Amino acid sequence: MSADRQLLNGDEAVALAALHAGVRLGTGYPGTPSTEILEAFDQLGGHAQWSPNEKVAMEVAIGAAFAGARTLVTMKHVGLNVAADPLFTATYTDVVGGLVVVSADDPGMASSQNEQDNRHYARAAAAPMLEPIDSQQAYDYTLLAFEIAERWKIPVILRLTTRVCHSKTVVRPREAPVETPPPHFERDIPGRVMIPAYAKPAHHKLRRKLAEIAAWNEAEGPRRLYDGDGTLGILATGIAAVHAREVAPDARLLVIGMTYPLPLATIREFAAGVDRLVVIEEGDPVLEDALRAAGIPAEGKPEMYRFGELNVARVRRILAGDTTPEPAPPRGKPPELCQGCSHRDVFEVLRDMHCIVAGDIGCYTLGVLPPFSAMDTCVCMGASIGVGLGLRHVLPDDEARRVVSVIGDSTFVHSGITGVAEMVYNPPKTGHVVLILDNGTTAMTGQQEHPGTGRTLHHDPTGKISFEGLAKAMGVQNVHLVEHVDTDSSLEPLLRELLAKPETSLVVVRQPCVLAAPKIRFYEKAAAEKMMKQACSACPAG
Amino acid sequence: MQRLPRGVSMKKVTNVVIAGLGGQGVLKASDILADAAFRAGFDVKKSELHGMSQRGGSVSSDVRYGDEVQSPMVPAGEADVLLVLDATQTEINRGLLRAGGVLIEPDVIEEGALKNRKSLNVALLGALSTVLDLPEEQWVAAIHANLAPKLHKINEQAFALGRRSAAARREHAA
Repeated sequence: MSADRQLLNGDEAVALAALHAGVRLGTGYPGTPSTEILEAFDQLGGHAQWSPNEKVAMEVAIGAAFAGARTLVTMKHVGLNVAADPLFTATYTDVVGGLVVVSADDPGMASSQNEQDNRHYARAAAAPMLEPIDSQQAYDYTLLAFEIAERWKIPVILRLTTRVCHSKTVVRPREAPVETPPPHFERDIPGRVMIPAYAKPAHHKLRRKLAEIAAWNEAEGPRRLYDGDGTLGILATGIAAVHAREVAPDARLLVIGMTYPLPLATIREFAAGVDRLVVIEEGDPVLEDALRAAGIPAEGKPEMYRFGELNVARVRRILAGDTTPEPAPPRGKPPELCQGCSHRDVFEVLRDMHCIVAGDIGCYTLGVLPPFSAMDTCVCMGASIGVGLGLRHVLPDDEARRVVSVIGDSTFVHSGITGVAEMVYNPPKTGHVVLILDNGTTAMTGQQEHPGTGRTLHHDPTGKISFEGLAKAMGVQNVHLVEHVDTDSSLEPLLRELLAKPETSLVVVRQPCVLAAPKIRFYEKAAAEKMMKQACSACPAG
Repeated sequence: MQRLPRGVSMKKVTNVVIAGLGGQGVLKASDILADAAFRAGFDVKKSELHGMSQRGGSVSSDVRYGDEVQSPMVPAGEADVLLVLDATQTEINRGLLRAGGVLIEPDVIEEGALKNRKSLNVALLGALSTVLDLPEEQWVAAIHANLAPKLHKINEQAFALGRRSAAARREHAA
C-alpha cells in the first residue's frame, strides 16, 4: 500500500496532521468521540498527555503555546464546558504558538449526556472555528488551523462530530512535515496578563483580529462550491454537506469550512444566484440564524430535525419540507454492565438497600438500567457529589440518610475532588457517603490512564494519587477501602454503618475493570522489568 | 470501466452493513472489509458508533465503496448486503437491506466447523467475499494488516471456510 494514500478515521487524521504540523504537545481528557486523537498522536511518536480534566488540559496547552510551541488540546463537546473558563480569556491573549482546540460533538448522543452544539462556543468565546466534512478535511483543516492560530495569535477551534471522528475515509497527507522553531520564553505582559488594564485593550484587539479573519475567510477561506442548476441552492457545513451532496447531486452546493467568522458576502452572493436556498446543518439552527440576522433569505430545517443526527433520508425530507412523523429507528439491544464487572455487585447492594443514588458519568451509569435500576441522578462529570450533598441538605432526615454519591475513579480525579471539599466544608447534618468505584482505568472511553492509575497516556509509570490518602488529608471523617467486592460481602454492612452516622464518609471500592485487567497486569509487569533493568545497570557489579 | 460487484445491482456505490453485538468483532470485520476495498483502489467510507455500544449492546458498521462515496452511512433500504454476526440482530437491521439485497447470517457457517468461535467475524467475511467483487489477495492483505500476526493463520482458515460454506450453500440452493 502506498503511504501517500491512507484510510483513516477523522481522529487519526487530526493526529497525523498534528504530527506533520510539528505539534510539540497534545493534551486532553478522554471523551467519545475524541479519545483516539491523542492515542493516535502518541502512537505516531508525538508527545501526548491525559490531563485530570479538560480545564487543566486547556491551561497546559495555553502555557505551551505561550512558549511558542504548536499545541493541540482535545476533548468531547461537554469537555469544552469544563475548559470554557480558560478558553474565554485565552482568546483575549496573544497566543504565539499555534493553539488548536478540538471539540468533538456528539449529535444524536451515541455516547453522551446531551447533544449540545459547540458552534455556539465559537461565537461566545470569539474563537475562529473550522468544520471538516471528512478525514481528508480533518487533516487539511488541522494544518490550516495552526496557520490561522499563529498568524493571528488566537486559539482556533476545530469542531468535529461523531460521524467525522469515527468514519474512515481516504486521506492523502502532505509530503513534508512542517519545521517549527524551538520554544522559548519572551515576556509579553500586556498580551498575557489579563488584568482589566490589559484586558480592556485586549478585547478591542480580539475584535480586530476577528474582523481580519472574517476578511481572510471571505477572500480565501476554505470552502467548496459544487456547481449545479440554480433552482436549488444548498448551504451546508460538516458531515451534513456529504449527505446533501448525495441527496441532491444536481443542486448548487456551497460548503463552508470556516463557520466562524462566516464569509457572509460570499454566502449573500451565492444566495442571489439561486431560486431557493436551503441551509442543511446538524443540530441547532446556528447558520440559519446567522443568515437571518444578515438579512439573507434562506430556508432552515423544520424543528424536528434539530434533534439527533442528520443522514441521507433526513436531508431528503428536509429538502422536501416533509414533517410527517419519521419511522422509529430499530431498537437494538441496549448496552449493559459486563459480566464479571464489579460495578454489578455494588449496584445490587445499593438497589437492595433502597439507596437514593446520585450517579455520575462512566460505565457505572449503566447501573440505572435493569436489573439494578439503582441510579437516581446523572448530570455531568463530578456532579454525583454536589448533587448528593444538595439532596442531603433539604430532604427529611429519613430520606437524606439513604443518599449515596457514586463516582468512578477517573471521574473523581476529573471533578470529584472539589465535591469532597464541599462535603468537608458544608457537611449535611445527616453526614454523607461517597463511593468511589475504582476499576483502575477510564473504562467507558476505552481504558485510558488517569492520575489515579499511576501510569501516563503511554502506560509508563508515573506519580499516582491515593484516593484514600487524599480523602483523609482533606478531612473526611471515615475513609474505607473495600476490595474484592465480588467475593467479599463487607460492603453492605459497612454502608449501613456509615449511612447511620451523621459524619462524612468516603469508601473506595477497588477492583480492576474485567476488560482492562489483562492490560493492567501487562503494564505493571513491563514497569517492574524496566525498573529491574535500571537497578541492574546502576549496580557497579552489573 | 468500473469493476462492478457480482451478485449486487449495477450501480456506482456498493453498500454493506455489518451488525452484531458488542464484543463479536463487528468493527474489526468492517475495518477489514473497508481496507480490502481501499486496497482494491476504491473510494471508501466506513462509519461506526463507539462508546456505549461496546458494552454488549447492538453494534453496527457501514462500509460503502465505489468511484466516489458521499455520506459515510448506508441509507435505509439501500444496503446491497447485510451481514449479521448474531441472529438476534437480523430483524432490527432488515430495513436497511434493499429489495433483492443479500442477507448473510451466522448459520451459513456450520456449527462446530470453526476452530475458534472468535473468528466467526472473519469467516462471515469469507461468505461476504463471494458476493463482492474484491480480489481475494486484497482480502488476505486486509486480514493481515488488521490482525496480530499470531491470529493470521486461524483467520485465513476461517475466511476460506466462509468462502467454501457460502459456495456450497449456493450450489445447494441452485
